[in-house]
Amino acid sequence: MTSVAEQTTSRPEAKPQPSRSARGLAWARRAPLMPALVFMIIVTQLPFVATLVISFMNWNAYYPDEVGFAGFDNFKRVFTDVNMRDAVLTTIWLTAGVVIISLLLGLGIALLLDRRFRGRGAVRTMMIAPFLVVPVAAALLWKHALYNPEYGLFNGAITWVWKLFGSDHPPQPDWISNMPLWAVIFALVWQWTPFMMLILLAGLQGRPLDVIEAARIDGANGWQIFRSMTLPHLRQYLELGALLGSIYIVQNFDAVFTITSGGLGTANLPYTIYQIFYQAHDYGRASAAAVIVVLGTIIIATFALRTVSSLFKQEAGR
Amino acid sequence: MSVVAVPSVPRKKDRGGPWLSLLAWVVGILFVLPVLWMVLTSFHSEADAATNPPKVFAPLTLDGYREFFSGGASPWPPLLNSLTASILSTVLVLLLCFPAAYALSIKPVRKWTDVLFFFLSTKMLPVVAGLLPLYLFAQKAGLLDNIWLLIIFYTSMNLPIAVWMMRSFLSEVPVEMLEAASVDGAGLSKTLRSVIAPVVMPGIAATALICFIFSWNELLFARVLTATVAETAPVFLTGFVTSQGLFLAQLCAAAFVVSLPVLVAGFAAQDKLVQGLSLGSVK
Repeated sequence: MTSVAEQTTSRPEAKPQPSRSARGLAWARRAPLMPALVFMIIVTQLPFVATLVISFMNWNAYYPDEVGFAGFDNFKRVFTDVNMRDAVLTTIWLTAGVVIISLLLGLGIALLLDRRFRGRGAVRTMMIAPFLVVPVAAALLWKHALYNPEYGLFNGAITWVWKLFGSDHPPQPDWISNMPLWAVIFALVWQWTPFMMLILLAGLQGRPLDVIEAARIDGANGWQIFRSMTLPHLRQYLELGALLGSIYIVQNFDAVFTITSGGLGTANLPYTIYQIFYQAHDYGRASAAAVIVVLGTIIIATFALRTVSSLFKQEAGR
Repeated sequence: MSVVAVPSVPRKKDRGGPWLSLLAWVVGILFVLPVLWMVLTSFHSEADAATNPPKVFAPLTLDGYREFFSGGASPWPPLLNSLTASILSTVLVLLLCFPAAYALSIKPVRKWTDVLFFFLSTKMLPVVAGLLPLYLFAQKAGLLDNIWLLIIFYTSMNLPIAVWMMRSFLSEVPVEMLEAASVDGAGLSKTLRSVIAPVVMPGIAATALICFIFSWNELLFARVLTATVAETAPVFLTGFVTSQGLFLAQLCAAAFVVSLPVLVAGFAAQDKLVQGLSLGSVK
């Protein structure tokens, strides 16, 4: 079911090369790879090296005469900055909240869609739709058309239900002011649940059905099969969904920027760095913060790479 | 809870069946509801859009769209910028990723897995970390507010995904077919055209659609690196909500117009979407 590397054992790579022409041949093989590789190194690695250099510099665009070497000052300022610490916590809450909730919802929905029923394709298509709304548009939609306390759909629906029961005083909460971080989380959960659902559904459909059928004949009930067969099989897909989701959501800017503009304690790291850089023009401090974010991401990324790599090897080994 | 593990094979003992199907429908409708609400509201008049409780059956009108397209600043330049940046960066990605994927699957270089994982690791570097140097470079080089800078950046943003996807599609080409072609004395271009192309064409299309979607959606870089000339559609949307008074129908019209290309591309690539999003590791 996974595509990766079924052919590794049989592709010509394995054949021993004659040693004289080996170098030329190796370069002939490498040639098609080079443009993409060089392009990626220039566009993604060089800027990061520059960020690293700037993070040790005293550089604020408002004070162009004071540019110079700063040592670890920027890092000290980042670590002692209360806003920065809040941003770290906000990022963790936001990422963990969105990933866990959308993963659980995605799992439930994937299990529902793994059955055959009338309109299964239609439901699947409906489920994908949230993921295909441009993130900024989705954030605007949630902020103005759903959360708005006066005419948003949520309060509108509450009014409507209350009227059904003859009440004229329905509660009309101001969703974004009352629970700003959750407002951002729910909007993102809505967009990311389809992603998790798709990965888990692909995992479910790759289950060895004959083994499950055998277990059923042996008298295992649904819950036993789910616990001891489906869930272990899904584990790597759950991990993959969680890690890929984390990588994307840690970097979220659109929803925070649009729904709360980073106010009310929702400023995450990307938004905070954007502010230090774009509004305060403190290039040194912004770079130091960026370096710290990268170090944090490397920790997540190491796990992510390991997970992808294990899926990869499993395929290669088949 | 035990009912959730019902397998995909329909069974006679499946008592909860109809209820689970109903639940699946309800959940699907709940998820698509905000999108439908956006579309419906975009066809309402401003007065009908901002009501509580909502007026679902209010008369339909195109006023929201008319206001969006000709009311204030024209949305056409940003839409065209987005289209240019997305299409050109996608073309660049395809030109770069196909040979690279070829060198990672059909005729693999030594240590090709390491190269593959290098591409993936660049995707994990937070984009904010590269934002400042790129901005300073653009400032020095006079490239601020230039669509080409975005095209280059979007290419680097999507290239790792595309290499992974394309590699996974190319590895579906049966080895026997490649061997048969080489025994028949077919050259590289003939092999590409008659053996590889028929198998990977759907994959190339899916890769292109996914790269298009990611470029079209991008906000942070577009916001920092562009101003009035090269502004993209998402940036235009964020600046759109400054008007006073009733604007909900117009906003929904704008959100729908900007999302429409992504909805079309996404539904077209539906079957390959998960493979692309999981970088080809899940099919």
